[in-house]
Amino acid sequence: MYPSKFDYHRPSSVQEAVQILADNPDAKVLAGGHSLIPVMKLRLAAPAALVDIGRIDALQGISRSNGSLRIGACVTYNEIANSADVQAAAPLLAEAAGQIGDRQVRYRGTIGGNLSHADPASDLPAAALALGATLHVAGSGGSRSVSASDFFVDLMMTALQADEILTEVEIPAAGAGTGSAYVKFEHPASGYALCGAAAVVTRDAGGSCTGASLCFNGVSATAVSAADAASSLVGSDLSDGAIDSALSGMSIPDATGDMFASAGYRQELARALGAQALRTARDRA
Amino acid sequence: MADESNGAGVFGSSIRRREDPELITGQAKYTDDLQLSGMVYCTVLRSDYAHAKINGIDASEAEALDGVIAVYTAKDIEASGVPGGIPVGWLLPDMKIPEHYMLAKDTTRYVGDGVAIVVAEDQYTAHDALDLIYVDYDPRDGVADPKKATEDGAPLVHDEAPNNIAFDWEIGDKEQTDAAFANAAHVASLDIVNNRLIPNAMEPRAALADYNSITGELTLYMTTQNPHIHRLLISLASLGLPEHKIRVIAPEVGGGFGSKIHHYADEAIAAWASMQVGRPVKWTATRTETYLTDAHGRDHVTHGELAMDADGRFIGLRVDTYAAMGAYLSTFAPAVPTYLYGTLMSGEYDLPAIHCHVYGVFTHTVPVDAYRGAGRPEATFVVERLVDEAARVSGIDPAEIRRRNFVSPDAFPYQTQVALEYDSGNYEGALDKALEAIGYDDFRKEQAAARDEGRYLGIGLSTYIEACGLAPSAVVGSLGAQAGQWESAVVRVHATGKVTVYSGCSGHGQGHETTYAQIVASALGVPYDDIDVIEGDSGVMPHGWGTYGSRSAATGGSAIASAAEKVVDKARTIAAHLLEAAEEDLEFEDGNFFVKGSPDQAQSLPDVALQAYLAHNLPKGIEPALEATSFYDPANFVFPFGTHIAVVEVCATTGQVDLKRYLAVDDVGNVINPMIVDGQVHGGIAQGVGQSLYETAVYDDGANLLSGTMLDYAVPKAHFLPSFETDRTVTPCPHNPLGVKGVGEAGTIASPAAVVNAVVDALSPFGVNHIDMPVTSEKVWNAMN
Repeated sequence: MYPSKFDYHRPSSVQEAVQILADNPDAKVLAGGHSLIPVMKLRLAAPAALVDIGRIDALQGISRSNGSLRIGACVTYNEIANSADVQAAAPLLAEAAGQIGDRQVRYRGTIGGNLSHADPASDLPAAALALGATLHVAGSGGSRSVSASDFFVDLMMTALQADEILTEVEIPAAGAGTGSAYVKFEHPASGYALCGAAAVVTRDAGGSCTGASLCFNGVSATAVSAADAASSLVGSDLSDGAIDSALSGMSIPDATGDMFASAGYRQELARALGAQALRTARDRA
Repeated sequence: MADESNGAGVFGSSIRRREDPELITGQAKYTDDLQLSGMVYCTVLRSDYAHAKINGIDASEAEALDGVIAVYTAKDIEASGVPGGIPVGWLLPDMKIPEHYMLAKDTTRYVGDGVAIVVAEDQYTAHDALDLIYVDYDPRDGVADPKKATEDGAPLVHDEAPNNIAFDWEIGDKEQTDAAFANAAHVASLDIVNNRLIPNAMEPRAALADYNSITGELTLYMTTQNPHIHRLLISLASLGLPEHKIRVIAPEVGGGFGSKIHHYADEAIAAWASMQVGRPVKWTATRTETYLTDAHGRDHVTHGELAMDADGRFIGLRVDTYAAMGAYLSTFAPAVPTYLYGTLMSGEYDLPAIHCHVYGVFTHTVPVDAYRGAGRPEATFVVERLVDEAARVSGIDPAEIRRRNFVSPDAFPYQTQVALEYDSGNYEGALDKALEAIGYDDFRKEQAAARDEGRYLGIGLSTYIEACGLAPSAVVGSLGAQAGQWESAVVRVHATGKVTVYSGCSGHGQGHETTYAQIVASALGVPYDDIDVIEGDSGVMPHGWGTYGSRSAATGGSAIASAAEKVVDKARTIAAHLLEAAEEDLEFEDGNFFVKGSPDQAQSLPDVALQAYLAHNLPKGIEPALEATSFYDPANFVFPFGTHIAVVEVCATTGQVDLKRYLAVDDVGNVINPMIVDGQVHGGIAQGVGQSLYETAVYDDGANLLSGTMLDYAVPKAHFLPSFETDRTVTPCPHNPLGVKGVGEAGTIASPAAVVNAVVDALSPFGVNHIDMPVTSEKVWNAMN
């Protein structure tokens, strides 16, 4: 459990961090360190340099304005889970963040690190997808914005370029009649999601569904949206029967099988947890 | 209530563990905490291949790295002239014993097999250098499954063991058993895999070796459950140093579960390296190395059958088992699936015919050896699963079929068909207590109502017996042990009446410092706080055999009780002299000697101790000082037993098993400290539940360990478990001075069968009669669909 040698940088601004990354192609960004440090200690990763962005003030903080919620990349899971702003504007994110790891992990791990690492079995990617998050990114070529649906490219691969840093996550604040839920079936060893279901539904005054999204962690190489199943709920009364019928034919493309669970069982979990998440979201709407 | 000031009632009271303040505040010193002047660090390069020929090793880059002192291979150890062996300590007839050298010479036989070692100035350099050693491997096929390994054409682990069979062992009467099956009205039959487990002591193994080339003395601090055994094996087989020149010290040891009984290469390597470089050498396993080198547990493939007459009475049991040994024979490995397994096949039952056949099988895996329970959990699982299956095929309730077949309380001593003679027991008493506490009859009604709602509840019984406190030495010797199984103790009363107790056991979390002091406080009538207990240093106390197999109360505690009795006898002689009375007229109460009827004219034990040390006025023929040594060889095993009951609910949509209640009624004889006994039961149950629901070491077809980290291998977490309900019956052991049995392993032995029986019971509407461990949600879901 002794990592290889590496250089350590601690920039004080995003610009400085991006410049260091541009100058050091073998460098890695260090945020909470809860994914990177363990793989370095196992010598599965040996970056030549670490760029510690933990002291950059611009990457901290949660704010609400103009109908959107903005969360700095270095905000911890614990801050998100317990933030009144997040609980009001994006309760799904608070619920998912509160289920990550254990208390120690939640005090160190960050939303930016989580989404950039893009572990499909972690809890935030599906929530970010389901909430329609926009990810703000800074690089040596300037800043840009990427939608969550374009951000997760493949297993632990994102749309980030080597010299780019995720700086902020922006989420449209939940409107009236909206309910959400995150339901997780955790692997007993790692606590990661064998399957995690993130659901958001919106109902009109008459109770019929005007919008729905249902996304999953843990089932395939990236967090995925079950868009067909969700859209088939629009216009329904969101009854248990409507939910079951929407999920009965659902099949997540390229479901993963491994020593923990077969692809087929993950599909079953997705149906079971998806239904549970939708029912809970409905009851909260 | 206990009066800790004079020892009265201390035996049997829940005194808080005196060990805990140091442990909880982080003040305790473990091996890796120790620093010696000039200390350097050792790391081991381990094979990435389950099976490979080594064509050559190029260490030149590693040797050139700044801070590297030396890189060694097996050739260097051979050239040094030491024996270099890692021996097996239990011999079975016709057993194949392939060479096990401290490093692989020309073949690696499991992922993790040591190939080369680095000695460097610091840990980072020592690890960096491992990446700079280039081994030219010629990979070969490997095999991990113990049954497949015996098939013709399977890759051989050792050329001298055809079909990878290390030994072919049986117990019981085959003909008689076959005849019973020919007359059976019902037969229960199951194929059972007992899943391979990884021990996961909280503290990884570590060693700090300090060889003094002037005196020729080796001091070895290490993570051990039995310092004297390690001293013996390092002397005889590994390094060839004279035994009296080796001092093995166990600092605080953070758990073992058996994994720190065994003699591994790594601690001997650290010692050998210290001899080479002339400086203290520390080796500390990473958690990855723990997974790749600590002896694993279980790993059986079994077919078992239980024959019944028309009334559901058991008439015969036959069991065939393929038991993995791994790549080499570890220290006590051959005993585990034989004398700690086949001998338990009678369970709590009056079984007139038993036959158990076991192949010990080499596989390209980490060696397998004793892990908490060691053979007895595997046996209990076979027997208790078959009993439930017998209930199913005969249509008799699982509680009733057990009751119908128990050895009755008036049948003791009961000679089983598999060598053991049970000395005492009341199995129905524990069963009744457990059934009443769980509300068995009401549960069956609740279960039926729940099924009508599509909810699946299940209840599982495990009426277990175990044999622990291995004994007597002559018997275990006749079975193949290359060790004695007696235990030593010294009780030393100082001149001021304070007491130091030395034990040859070696606790590593069990609370001996507390419980042994309780024994002595009661025996000598001195204040509990005036007694210290010292263990774990071969340079300080007489030879002992250490702590494992739930032996420390039954053998170590009995040795202490015997030594304390000798102290009291000597003190009585001196006290009689001082009181000018006849010894037989003296009473001894609460630490005071006095003539019957004259308690005001008393000599306290401290008074007597002072006189014994001054030696100004001792009776004729009595030597000065007040201490005694005892070497206690038990007359028999001890036989804890009990009933454990698990209640589960299975989720119909995901298959997840929710352990709702777990109740244990154990009979461990007299109890020294109820809180510590409860703690042992809790920990044992947690580990057994771990085996039944979560834990499993997974090897792929090429014998690569897939479950190599804590991300993959599921040690149960506290929130997975319900609050355990514990209770006891007390049937004192009839043959030791304290009437105690053992409790360290009972929970691990009983619980896997209870949990799996509960799951199978829950799934009975689906026609399920068995699920292999770990019972994962996916396996359950598949069984339901």
